[in-house]
Amino acid sequence: MRVNVTVNGVAHRVDHVWALESLLDFLRERVGLRGTKNACEQGECGSCSVYVDGVLVCSCLVAAGQVEGCSVVTVEGLGSGGEVHPVQQAFLDAGAVQCGFCTPGLIVSAHCLLARNPDPDELTVREELSGNLCRCTGYQKILHAVSLAAARTGDGTMTGGCGR
Amino acid sequence: MTITDTPAAMRPSSTVDDGVGASAVRPDGVPKVDGSFIYSSDEYHGGSLWGATLRSPHPRARILGIDTSQAAGLDGVRCVLTHRDVPGSKIFGMVVYDQPVLAFDEVRFQGEPVAVVAATHPEIARRACELIVVDYEELVPNTDPEVSLTGQVEGLPSGGLVRHVRIRHGDTGAARALADVVVGGRFEMGTQDPAFLGPESGLAVPLGDGGVELYVSTQDLHRDQRQVADCLDLPLDKVRLVLSGVGGAFGGKEDLSVHIHACMLALRTGRPVRMVYSREESFFGHVHRHPAIADVELGATRDGRLTFTKVRLVLDGGAYVSTSQVVIANGCYFAAGAYNVANVEIDGFATYTNNPPCGAMRGFGAVQSCYAIESAMDRLAAALDMHPLELRARNAIGEGDILPTGQAVDGPAPVQEILAYLRDLPLPADVDHPAADMRVLPGGVGNVTRGEGIHRGVGYALGMKAIGFSGGKDDTCTARVTVWIRDGEPVAEVYCAGPEIGQGVVTLEAQVARTELGVRTVELRDKDTDIAESGASSASRQTWMTAGAIVGACRLVREEILARGGAVLGRPGGELTLDGPEIRDLDGRPLVPVAEVLGPEAVSHDFTYRHRPTEPVDTERGQGNAHVAFAYAAHRAVVDVDVELGLVRVVEMATAQDVGKAMNPAAVEGQIEGGTVQGLGLAVMEELQITEGRVRNPSFTDYLIPTMLDVPPMPMKIFEFPHPDSPYGLNGVGEPPNLSSTPAILNALRDATGLELPRAPVRPSDLIEAAPPPGAPAEEMAQPET
Repeated sequence: MRVNVTVNGVAHRVDHVWALESLLDFLRERVGLRGTKNACEQGECGSCSVYVDGVLVCSCLVAAGQVEGCSVVTVEGLGSGGEVHPVQQAFLDAGAVQCGFCTPGLIVSAHCLLARNPDPDELTVREELSGNLCRCTGYQKILHAVSLAAARTGDGTMTGGCGR
Repeated sequence: MTITDTPAAMRPSSTVDDGVGASAVRPDGVPKVDGSFIYSSDEYHGGSLWGATLRSPHPRARILGIDTSQAAGLDGVRCVLTHRDVPGSKIFGMVVYDQPVLAFDEVRFQGEPVAVVAATHPEIARRACELIVVDYEELVPNTDPEVSLTGQVEGLPSGGLVRHVRIRHGDTGAARALADVVVGGRFEMGTQDPAFLGPESGLAVPLGDGGVELYVSTQDLHRDQRQVADCLDLPLDKVRLVLSGVGGAFGGKEDLSVHIHACMLALRTGRPVRMVYSREESFFGHVHRHPAIADVELGATRDGRLTFTKVRLVLDGGAYVSTSQVVIANGCYFAAGAYNVANVEIDGFATYTNNPPCGAMRGFGAVQSCYAIESAMDRLAAALDMHPLELRARNAIGEGDILPTGQAVDGPAPVQEILAYLRDLPLPADVDHPAADMRVLPGGVGNVTRGEGIHRGVGYALGMKAIGFSGGKDDTCTARVTVWIRDGEPVAEVYCAGPEIGQGVVTLEAQVARTELGVRTVELRDKDTDIAESGASSASRQTWMTAGAIVGACRLVREEILARGGAVLGRPGGELTLDGPEIRDLDGRPLVPVAEVLGPEAVSHDFTYRHRPTEPVDTERGQGNAHVAFAYAAHRAVVDVDVELGLVRVVEMATAQDVGKAMNPAAVEGQIEGGTVQGLGLAVMEELQITEGRVRNPSFTDYLIPTMLDVPPMPMKIFEFPHPDSPYGLNGVGEPPNLSSTPAILNALRDATGLELPRAPVRPSDLIEAAPPPGAPAEEMAQPET
């Protein structure tokens, strides 16, 4: 099938997409954006989190054909002007990255959380990000990263966020 | 600063930003947060094929025939390979070669690779695997390690026994007779999976000269290279490995996975081949932490002095050896815990079965033995009516004490300081149950309790482990440091093959070079097999070894730059010092810019670092100076248990650990937090469920690892008692926090419930088995004798 989709603001028309191809595989193999990660491919780990029309999804659970006409935002689309997004910078500054395989998904999920709730308390962060598995960090520094990002983006700089 | 006998050129530069001791940001950090970092599953090459693996559905079966004709005929399939196509050695392994590249004659575990396919699309490759017809004669799997350790099992190598380790120290028989109190018990542990998030994967590229290049995630490029070359029947210089991004490892990426298969497919087709395991395949494609059965007996005087320790430890290694011989040895070395006890008898058995292969995982046998001894120590404390911390403090090992292997503890052993921190740390407040947010109650967002039936428990555990490779191995790490001038400023390049697996060795490489040379700009070369080996990122050794190699290489570079500067200035190099862009005199006065001395030339040196020599232990009594260094950590766990529903919430995990020198404090904290949480998972949720050799839960739906909601606040104290033998006084960090975390939680659960809880992980049914069924008559409520 043919899929027309906008990814990070760029229109793509892709032919010969398989009927059962996931959005995750589509992004990684057809569009060439491999920042979205393939850790479990069954919706358990959150490593493949992206926005589809402003809604946070596990891209492994969405068929590529379902995003026809949609706008997808991936981890590669959060920064602007060659600068990383404040959420990304906070992950760096807090030491929240070790192997980093969970990081893109966590950053997209944290971005979505802060877009909806600019100042979440600790338990809310834990609950909202509990769909994103990390095996290296023990999550403490990820928690700090989200607090740091919240403090830095309290001035309304969260953009491109989810539509809820 | 006073004059020391260290020549100026031997001394590192004084001050530099982001040097040793700073929480420098990872050099791979920006690509890791913006999505551009290339992991092994992201490797891409134009025109590449996809590889897929056919695996055995049976834990044990005879292979009567393999028919690949249908698969080979599928449109898009480029080749199908079996054991007949392995060019060289048909078996491989980390320590001994025993595991088939592709199975022949017999499959020995569920998931063993039987054939590999290359095709134009991953889905075509998978479908081709389904078309391969393997004629199996199913055999009854051997799955009981207690039977295997007799060494009498037909159909298993060596009759089922991989290794029996014996440690004998003192006279346990006499000590037993003199003990006032003797306690014992059996403690079991299920199989833990490393569950790294980045799956096994790689890209093999055939080269024009008949060689192959492999981009892969691994913990040891050179050990992989040797095995791959042997199995491909190629000389080492025709097999080049390049470290690709590693999405976590924890021991599970020491053994080969896609390596040989991808290279075989690439060499056969003449095309680059990508292989990426799915999560389910990953569960079958790497080794697990050995499941354990441990029998422990402790004797003590009435005032709580240990008089003897006896441990029998059984670790099931599954179908192939991997590192089982070494894991059982390490488990035995530390089976008596971090305690000074004169009379010790330890027997350890590693076994073959038809269960999934087990090998290295963070802690390497010491996790299992720490769990056993620390569980027994709490039983002893209860028998003595003594606080568990007091019992530990009375027996804590110290510098100069003799280990069960006869080796004297050297280097700092600040166990008393570690225990004192946990003793003095205030306990977290009780949860106000009726008013509490459900997210802080056992069961969490399941909202299954309002606080009724919740019991709090506090538990402690202490762990000790060797750092680095033990037992006489000549362990080396080589680094190359090159300095040249760019835009008038010196730039240093560090080249070392030590794998970055998430722990942050790349950050430390740059920090060490900055500190040693005073340069601002440090560039890190890609890691590959073109330089001499670094040894594995395992045994908590890579920071120590890599730092040692880089310090040595920087010293040679510094000496050469100062000698050249001395020639320009007409002064001996020993009267000069290097501080980034300047050569100065010993009083710090600038004499000449490095740029002027070097001009367009680069200065480059290799250095090979070795830690002090060790020796193997003897086979009869297990005695010998086997270890390089020791590291210590302890945990205090606080838990809330819903004793009606068997649900647990870990309320707090406090850690105290000595790290020698916190090379990068943020990274040290990250190691402690991550290790603690892996131990938490092993305590209350993580188990690979295996029935008759079959894995029942190979997915993240059914194999649960802790989420952010499952982990509690983690206060910690990092001690820095410098180690006398290491660069900067550092000690290994990664494994110790993984040891004591699990038994601290088990001890807290025992404290909360009064149950013996002889098995980890603790399941809900374990926590409520003593509770009466609803409405049961009183006489049926009597406890069975245990």
